[in-house]
Amino acid sequence: MAPNDTAKATATWNGASADDFEVDAPSPGAVMRRRARRHLGLIIGGTVVLIAVICALFAPLIAPFDPYDQELTRKLINPIWGKGGTWTHPFGTDALGRDLLSRVIYGTQISLTIGVLAATLAGVIGSTLGMIGGYFGGRVDAVIMYLINCKLALPPLLVALSVVSVFGGSIPVLILVMAALFWDRYAVVTRAATQQIRSNDFVTAAEAVGCSKTRIILREVLPNILNQIIVIASLEMALAILVEAVLSFFGLGVQPPTPSWGLLVNEGRQYMFFKPYLITIPGLAIFFLVLSINMMGDGIRDITAPEGRN
Amino acid sequence: MTEQTQTPTSQYVLECRDVSRTFMIGRGPFTEKRPLRAVQDISLQVRRGEVLAVVGESGCGKTTLAKMLLGLLEPTAGDILYEGVPISSVDRRDVARRIQPVFQDPYSSLNPRKTLAQIISLPLDVHKIGTPAERKARVEEIMELVGLPRRLLYSYPSQLSGGQRQRVAIARALAMKPEILVCDEPTSALDVSVQAQILNLLQELRDELNLTYVFISHNLAVVEHMSTRVAVMYLGRLIEFGMADQVFDHPRHPYTQALLDSVLTPEPQYSLPNIAMGRGFPNPLNPPSGCAFHPRCPHATELCQWAQPQPLAADGGTVECHLHSDPDAMAKSPRINEQKASAA
Repeated sequence: MAPNDTAKATATWNGASADDFEVDAPSPGAVMRRRARRHLGLIIGGTVVLIAVICALFAPLIAPFDPYDQELTRKLINPIWGKGGTWTHPFGTDALGRDLLSRVIYGTQISLTIGVLAATLAGVIGSTLGMIGGYFGGRVDAVIMYLINCKLALPPLLVALSVVSVFGGSIPVLILVMAALFWDRYAVVTRAATQQIRSNDFVTAAEAVGCSKTRIILREVLPNILNQIIVIASLEMALAILVEAVLSFFGLGVQPPTPSWGLLVNEGRQYMFFKPYLITIPGLAIFFLVLSINMMGDGIRDITAPEGRN
Repeated sequence: MTEQTQTPTSQYVLECRDVSRTFMIGRGPFTEKRPLRAVQDISLQVRRGEVLAVVGESGCGKTTLAKMLLGLLEPTAGDILYEGVPISSVDRRDVARRIQPVFQDPYSSLNPRKTLAQIISLPLDVHKIGTPAERKARVEEIMELVGLPRRLLYSYPSQLSGGQRQRVAIARALAMKPEILVCDEPTSALDVSVQAQILNLLQELRDELNLTYVFISHNLAVVEHMSTRVAVMYLGRLIEFGMADQVFDHPRHPYTQALLDSVLTPEPQYSLPNIAMGRGFPNPLNPPSGCAFHPRCPHATELCQWAQPQPLAADGGTVECHLHSDPDAMAKSPRINEQKASAA
């Protein structure tokens, strides 16, 4: 602290009565911004996610080739670090002569769309149930807890596999299946958080003012548990991206020739021993995106964690 | 407003008639539920502009009574009347316009995610009073009334001190110009110096806005300073009710006497008061038979063990004790708790 700061603080302290004392604390937003600037994991994770989002949004401008364009004369060209690699195809080409870099860039669209939409939809379902159960308690809560327990008893991947094999593997089906499978963690966390918020007097004050239940849940409870919801959303988003990759790898997710990362790994499987880059590059893309999203989620949790009261 | 249309029969702004609230307590869905009589047969009256203090130990039902007065809990029996009209027959939102709470803990009574402007204008927003500009003007007016500087308008509660927070809570309660404030221990979470400021603020607001207070407290010094009527509760029952001077100068119920004796004085020559109350507060799930106070009462007799005393109206109040309602029977009945009486 600079010397004149100390002097100022002492002067304020001496000159003020207990109630007039100026509490010069930063606003919650300012505290979060200050912590964010110091959080390495959040910065790294956030940067990678930001790059992925830019790739997804501006894929046609960034990708050097059309991801569906086959050029059989240029098939299986090594990436830039391999033998015979060229800057024209930095990540090489696949068995049908399609540019792998372009396919990976377009793949971010699939992964992020599915991740964001599945996590959001699951979040809406789970948070609504969790907040209703936590706020009303009693029988309503018992019913919602029963639903959560039923959901927890389902093996998610097995259900996803069977549903997708019945309805076919399109992107909307994948999103809906994952939303229906991944809401339980939201519900558990929001329910517990709502129970805790609900016992605060500001909720009673809102009731005494005559607020409707909906308004109390949306305006008084939700803003206080939004941080937790965002953290879970990031974890669920990473999970949804992984599950999409797994399903696509099994051939039950996104169908070829769509450039999904899981599908790219599957397509490279037969060349695994002589063209390993066909697997490693999309595999690393999945790995880094999921890792970065998790790091970002942890970072959000850290910067929004309350210190002391509030 | 419709203040002029009130019925002439309502000499009391707030009245309780035999109000009871029973909770069914059970451990899980498969155990037998047991009744907990949080509030039993409470009858009291408050005139406009008065300060009714409700005092009693923790767990005696003060807060349950406050929630019922606010319309947040329904009585299981009896009626709460607001200007002669039962609250149960009035729309929830109309009750909210007239009766507002101020809570004990200013740290949990303000939403940490909202600015002061949002917190104070919440009642106006919910009831759709005025245009946004009018609401903002009203918020600024109220902030001035409770002594909050205008520059705090867009601050968050975490940037405020405890006293300032309590001022915000009072401002929120006053936003809709209610007639009654239910203050549940409004100063017990504050520093002593700030307590005085908040109490003075409440006094000033009462004179200025002709408010009626229901003041729940266990701090008898505060109650003596503020109140015009006192209701003493014990285990859900109203054991003594009357004008403040009467109750403080001539307490009639032994429990009230013990409560007043328990007040600590700052005089160094007096040690801790000896009130000979014996064991602690009884379990409300398994209350004592007869008069609930008999295990701790220095004057208890065998009569008190089996007979529930009936409220006796006297001197503009009521008292619920065999000493006053059956003095002859008490004199004949053998006394219990002898050793306690001699210790006192």
